[in-house]
Amino acid sequence: MGGNAMVKPTALVVDDNKLNRMIHGKLLDVLGIKNRAVENGEEAIEVHLSGEKFDLILMDRDMPVMNGIEATKKLRAMGIKCMIAGISSHSIGPEKEEFMEAGLDDYHEKPLTVAKLLSLVSKIKN
Amino acid sequence: MDALQLKRQLITFTELLFREGFLDEQFHQLQQLQDEKNPNFVVEVVSLFFEDSERLLNELAKALDQQNVDYKKVDAHVHQLKGSSSSIGAQRVQRVCIVFRNYCNEKNVEGCLKCLQQLKHEYAIVKTKLEALFSLEQQILAAGG
Repeated sequence: MGGNAMVKPTALVVDDNKLNRMIHGKLLDVLGIKNRAVENGEEAIEVHLSGEKFDLILMDRDMPVMNGIEATKKLRAMGIKCMIAGISSHSIGPEKEEFMEAGLDDYHEKPLTVAKLLSLVSKIKN
Repeated sequence: MDALQLKRQLITFTELLFREGFLDEQFHQLQQLQDEKNPNFVVEVVSLFFEDSERLLNELAKALDQQNVDYKKVDAHVHQLKGSSSSIGAQRVQRVCIVFRNYCNEKNVEGCLKCLQQLKHEYAIVKTKLEALFSLEQQILAAGG
């Protein structure tokens, strides 16, 4: 039996800020992307260890318990190959480099907008 | 006042808030996310911002009142507030947060206290403005607009 024609992408929001989780979740809802949110890098790892998979991860950089850089490195080491986009308040410089080198596919400065999200979604690996 | 007059008032008021830097493009983005499925999205997000900010301002006052100020803690709170204010487009609040973090870095308690005062001030203003905005919207709805 064929086809994944109607499968919509799914996303995981990783951010310690409740407001951001709410806004990013809504942005994804508006684009028809099923999503869930966790509060830090460690929870992101746990969700994947429990067997859940996503097409897109929106990863905040600065979080307690486990930050975005560590979480990205761990996810890549676990063999997670989906698109991971770093969402951070630093636009240039060593902070961005360090985050990219952890294994990000893309990077956007906060706050996230519809336009930035669309550009990410269009790049989701199939 | 009828719905049309109220609507004009809302447009003028909103433009003023943007022009004076109380709100930036991010607030606009939030308004665009509101739809029939979530007709109260902006109010919900802003209410959360109010709750969050008030909590953080209290925490900041407590943290700066200590004998030995824990600047890491202070910085963490300011970082949260900076994130929240930037997410809803409260530009002036966000700007004070940036200056505040520099003082944290320098462990400058005077500077930090000054910034806290400024934050309380800017927050109070933007809260009043947003509440006025929502009140106008309610009036428009009530007038059948």
